[in-house]
Amino acid sequence: MNAREEAGAGWRGYALVAPALAVIALFFVLPLGLSAVLAFRAKDGGLTLEHFAKSWELYQTDLTFTIGIVLLSTVLIGMVAILVAGYLTLGENPRAVAILRWLYRWPLFIPFIVTGQIMRTFLAKNGMLNHVLVGSGLIDPLAAQSVLDWRGIVIAFVWKQAPFVTLLLAGAMASLETQHIEAGRNLGAPRWRVLVDIVLPQVRGTLLVGLVLSFVTMLSVLSVPLMINPNSPTMITVDVAYRINTHGDYAVANALCLMSLVVAAIGAWFYLRQSTRALARQR
Amino acid sequence: MSATHAAGAAPMGASASPALPRWSRVLAVGVLLALLAFAIFGPLANLFLWAFAEKWYFPNKLPQEFGLKFWEQVFAPRGNAIASLGTSIWIALLTVVFSLAVAVPAGYALARLRLRWRSLILLAFLLPQAVPNLPVYVNIARVFYEIGLAGTVTGVVLVHASHGLVLAVWIASAAFASIDVSLEEAARNIGASPWTCFRTVTLPLAAPGLIASAIFVFLESLDEFTGTYFVGVPDVTTLPLLMFNASMGGNYQIASITALLLLVPSIGFMLVVERFLKADVLAMVGR
Repeated sequence: MNAREEAGAGWRGYALVAPALAVIALFFVLPLGLSAVLAFRAKDGGLTLEHFAKSWELYQTDLTFTIGIVLLSTVLIGMVAILVAGYLTLGENPRAVAILRWLYRWPLFIPFIVTGQIMRTFLAKNGMLNHVLVGSGLIDPLAAQSVLDWRGIVIAFVWKQAPFVTLLLAGAMASLETQHIEAGRNLGAPRWRVLVDIVLPQVRGTLLVGLVLSFVTMLSVLSVPLMINPNSPTMITVDVAYRINTHGDYAVANALCLMSLVVAAIGAWFYLRQSTRALARQR
Repeated sequence: MSATHAAGAAPMGASASPALPRWSRVLAVGVLLALLAFAIFGPLANLFLWAFAEKWYFPNKLPQEFGLKFWEQVFAPRGNAIASLGTSIWIALLTVVFSLAVAVPAGYALARLRLRWRSLILLAFLLPQAVPNLPVYVNIARVFYEIGLAGTVTGVVLVHASHGLVLAVWIASAAFASIDVSLEEAARNIGASPWTCFRTVTLPLAAPGLIASAIFVFLESLDEFTGTYFVGVPDVTTLPLLMFNASMGGNYQIASITALLLLVPSIGFMLVVERFLKADVLAMVGR
């Protein structure tokens, strides 16, 4: 099985990969296919679009709401990640860089459900955010309001996902050739120019992968919207859980799922395009 | 005053922005870092306060009474938190064993053997991360219900494993790919069998990456909510489910204590992750 003993290794390679692929096929692809079947199946077994019509009728606001929240969060995550990773790579104050490196990662592995609980208390009307804003004189005590609506969901998403994208991005930036960066700096380019013109174009792929993964992950998070804002308008995932738990309505639930799959597919298309380009570059 | 600072900034030469004197930039960086620190630790501090609050009514900024009453409740022998913690850890361990058992061979093959559909296979493992999971959980719960796997530990482990596989396979593959092939060749040249070479050279060298992937899978299983929510009901209650139920029932103390329990492994891993996941392995992820 030495790397250069290629001849005859083909079937062995596939045999080694097969069990893992089987798990994905059985416990992921199969139920996904089932979702598509159930979403289109009428009560008499024929094909129908009525479940989609019903989903659209009942939940079009939530669908728009979901896409809006996830897109906004993705953009904000990208901005935070670029700023933090950029400063980690180009920052000149070593102490500030060290503090930032230590600081930004705390939410990295905190699960969504815990993030939901944390933000549920932090962003509430009597939460710490309002206490600090009032205490520091930034807002009037009477103006204190709960942020537990779409804003709370966005804040929770950015808080949880930005460190992940930053970690990927900072890793990619750290493995860049430093010559280009130094050349730019020596020519007197300000740091933000170096970041935008020299560093970012080289780590575009990593950034896009991180953002697409975050986009899709956020699209199917149930716990955060359930805990922060379960009332309409809310995210599609909450509606899916509601259809199943309250009505046992798998048809509409699956139609809703397929709709969010289409949204995710657009994101995945971005990813595929990026990775095929990277593959073409390697050849 | 400004003259001395301007003079102080001058030796930095071309690399310093001339627009702002040095002290104001340091101040700006300090303020930004402080704001970021509040954004990150503020919510965590709020959780901490709730975990030790015995009485906290609006509009008090801090709890009126601190205490450990709710901790006693959570850790009471008859309390279900301990049982949930046990269930969670048991499921996570089984998920790690199962995932690595299939991911290590797959990762090795993807890193070292010439597979025609390699990038397609890598993408296939990405599916569970790159496709919204909800439809999968919803329908697999139905299928599992029909074949008697719903509400069982086995069912939950299978769901967790299929979701954790991408991390396991990708990181394992990256860990194998980052090993210098010539080391394996040297072992083979002096007569080691492929298996001996793999066991004594490749595997030990890949161990840090594999441990990292094991920890990732463990944590992901420990923290998983949605899949367990659909597949585990009614008999499998993991810690996240317990936390959710407590929070929805308005019991913020119990929810916060449970959340803290879930935070410990997450933050612990965050602090040590780079010891296992070196930049050379990270750079190979997805390649």
